[in-house]
Amino acid sequence: MKTHRINFTLNGEKVALDVEPNDVLLDTLRGRLGIKSPKVGCDRGDCGTCTVLMNGRTVRSCLALAVEADGADLVTLEGANTRKWTQKLQKKFHEKNSFQCGFCAPGVILSATELLEKNPKPTTHDIKEAVAGNLCRCTGYEPIVEAIAETAKGN
Amino acid sequence: MDLQKLITKPKKSAKPQQAGDGLEVVGRSFSRVDGWEKIKGAAKYTDDLEFGPALLYAALVESPHAHARIKAIDTSSAEKVHGVVKVVTGRNFTQKFGLYMNDRYVFATDIVRFVGEQVAAVVATDPKIALRAAALVKVQYEELPAVMDAVKALEKDSPLVHPNLKDYTHVPWFFPKPGTNIAHWRKIRKGDLAKGFKDADLVLEDTYTVPRYAHCAIEPHSAIGLYDASGRLTMWTSSQSPFTQRHVFAETLKAFGLGHKDVRVISTYIGGGFGGKAGVTMEIIAAALAIAVPGRPVKLLWNRAQEFYNTYQRLGVTAKIKMGVTKAGKITALDFKLHWDAGAYVEYGANVVNAAGLSASGPYRVDNISVDSMCTYTNLPPCGAYRGFGYSEFLFGLESHITRMAVQLGLDPVEFRKKNAISEGDTLPYGAHMNPNGIRQAIEKVEKEIAWGVRQKSKDPTKAIGKALVCFWKSPAMPPNASSSAFLKFNEDGSINILVSGMEIGQGLLTVMAQIAGEVLALPVSKIRVETPDTDRNPYEWQTVGSHVTWGCGNAVKRAALEARERIFDLVQRVHCLDKSTLYLQDECVKCRTKPDFALPFRDFVINGIQAEDHTFKGGPIMGSGVFMPEFASAIGDPETGQGGHPNVHYTTGSAGIVLEVDRESGKMKILKVALAVDCGKAINPDLVKGQIVGGLMQGFATVLYEDMRYDGKGRLLNPNFSDYKIPTAMDMPGEVVPIIIEVPQPDGPFGARGVGEHTMIPCAPLIANAVADALGVRVKSMPVTKEKVALAVKAAAR
Repeated sequence: MKTHRINFTLNGEKVALDVEPNDVLLDTLRGRLGIKSPKVGCDRGDCGTCTVLMNGRTVRSCLALAVEADGADLVTLEGANTRKWTQKLQKKFHEKNSFQCGFCAPGVILSATELLEKNPKPTTHDIKEAVAGNLCRCTGYEPIVEAIAETAKGN
Repeated sequence: MDLQKLITKPKKSAKPQQAGDGLEVVGRSFSRVDGWEKIKGAAKYTDDLEFGPALLYAALVESPHAHARIKAIDTSSAEKVHGVVKVVTGRNFTQKFGLYMNDRYVFATDIVRFVGEQVAAVVATDPKIALRAAALVKVQYEELPAVMDAVKALEKDSPLVHPNLKDYTHVPWFFPKPGTNIAHWRKIRKGDLAKGFKDADLVLEDTYTVPRYAHCAIEPHSAIGLYDASGRLTMWTSSQSPFTQRHVFAETLKAFGLGHKDVRVISTYIGGGFGGKAGVTMEIIAAALAIAVPGRPVKLLWNRAQEFYNTYQRLGVTAKIKMGVTKAGKITALDFKLHWDAGAYVEYGANVVNAAGLSASGPYRVDNISVDSMCTYTNLPPCGAYRGFGYSEFLFGLESHITRMAVQLGLDPVEFRKKNAISEGDTLPYGAHMNPNGIRQAIEKVEKEIAWGVRQKSKDPTKAIGKALVCFWKSPAMPPNASSSAFLKFNEDGSINILVSGMEIGQGLLTVMAQIAGEVLALPVSKIRVETPDTDRNPYEWQTVGSHVTWGCGNAVKRAALEARERIFDLVQRVHCLDKSTLYLQDECVKCRTKPDFALPFRDFVINGIQAEDHTFKGGPIMGSGVFMPEFASAIGDPETGQGGHPNVHYTTGSAGIVLEVDRESGKMKILKVALAVDCGKAINPDLVKGQIVGGLMQGFATVLYEDMRYDGKGRLLNPNFSDYKIPTAMDMPGEVVPIIIEVPQPDGPFGARGVGEHTMIPCAPLIANAVADALGVRVKSMPVTKEKVALAVKAAAR
């Protein structure tokens, strides 16, 4: 199969890669670049555990092709760890024991980061909607939603 | 940022629940010890591990039929695909396996018994190649008549799923009926049932049905096997049961010369288990493939559809209840018949049937009781452990039935429950006696929380509000000799590492073990590391299931810490000539009651010993080990009555209440408030108990409001994905959730603790069904209780 050369920024570093046209972004990140925080959960965009930020917006990397990342600015949790809102959220998530198994955490944290970067004063409904695409089977969502709300309020 | 500082800092809002118990570390809501790893994205799950360029990938050839004979398998085309290393069938793996009954095959060889069963596997250099080649394997089948229903499977002319049942080995407490589809029949007979019904003023008989459910851990099953040139097998698995897996791998593959010491299982963090990653399912395939391709690691990663149809599912049940009650509200008789659909292989599922059968009275004293809990083979996917282990299923019928009978007799359903609730010392259905418990406190707290007895009216006339209160109980279901063990070792700076094989499955085991050891050794949680197991390094744990590890593994850790403390005291007595009985630990130091100025910091001696006056050193690295086995348990009772033996170690009890708003026309339901009180004996970490309550309730409500497995007439699962099998999102959160912790100590629990993990999802189904009945006067007797069913019931009642 013919390969394509793509160039993009990943967590602030420039990457150039030859990919096949049907290579999935999630597999490329995990398998070829060693970026493991986006997880494989359903491979059809239902669960949100593969969430990454592409040009500041959350994308399900299991539904994106690697070629779509050409020219993009990609951020995974490995890179978001230095963002202001991400750090504030993480502190609150830790304090409130917001996650149990933790498998959904990278996706949830990126969705919450996107929300607060765009809308620092969200309503509870905004918060629920923002993380509604990230399935969590452990927590019942309450400690996640509360932590986001408290982060926004600066508590 | 100083992460360690954050980890140790207890939260302001989480002071000990009960002051004055003298505890410093236990009973406080520390942040999880695995918190930062998970929140920073550093936590590694099985599929995140790297195996280098030699890694091979496997794809399966699966049965399209529910029941068929395999006539021939042609692997030649697949073998020719460039990149294919090997195509493996069951020919070389003939040993059956199982947890409680050996009825499962590594690959189907002669007969396939459910749609999706593994028949062969392709091992290739790339996952895409493996998939493409698997599609080229040609299997010739001869279709056989199949049975998809547990009740029909009992009919005389039903196809037999396992004609060779009589040859299968199983644990001594199972009673299969060869020549039928009955894999196990748990009977309980206690008291005089006929007299009980004669003494009753009201006898009500009805049937309740519960479909199958899926665990839906967000992380799919994953296993990597490496059979190296020296003949040892290492398995990396996403598992709740690394030691049980090692045992099953060693037993199943012993023909290849493997003993237990040659098999090593390494389990990293797992992305949710809920019982679905207990025992052994797909991991045995990865182990066999590793043997088939020596020298190269082989990865088997389940896709979401396989996660639904080829791991374990929760059993479906048809429950027939006949109950007798006096006018005064005393239960005089209970005849409970449970027909379980356990699927094609029941090596684990039959013990769900057993556990439910032993405890089908619910948390009530019933002197005259008969239970028939029957495990039936069908040609649907295999069933096994799922959070609640059969209790959610039988409590749906039982708690629905109790409320109906109370209402029919004009009695208050809550008073009815208080009157019949089990007490410490009461005789259980199998003859043993009930442990100390706080079920009455739980009922009273929940009753108050939901303002029971106060009818609420919705402001919207198209909606009605109903309330319900139910009770629950559950015991760990485990072999009587299931044991736990722990190693504990000090480091130079006075910190410790704890080695256990209880799994961190999200519940917070690592944190709780750290708190237990920290309490004994006067160490802050920040100085304790507990990690997930490697069977070569960590000591034995049976499995992390049944809500038993806080209790069992916690006891082992406590004993290990006590042993280490004893060694410290011995050493200090020997070198400093201080009487052992005057020594105590405080603030990471050894102190002495009779010598207030004596304070020997751990870091000064726990590795390098204490220097004596003659300049020699005494002591050496301080370690401790602890073992716990419930030596009072026994699974052997009379097969016809279930009497004798002590199959269950103890019960955790509790109560839950709900305020539910229901749309009179559409049936749409909104949970305005839910309260759940559970007697966990002692909350080692109250915030983690709260997490189990809030999360468990959501998983429970999901089974009653949203989820439902649907099969077509050919045994094919129609909704093996999250688009068609809807699990709740953040948009589906209940209105208000009130977690309540009751602490009536468990005498043999660490600091009085008993388990709490499963219990919190058990009461959800009857809560909804009873609240709908309270709001609208209609009764739904089959799960799930969807808005559609409620709306149809309202329409039918209006006719």
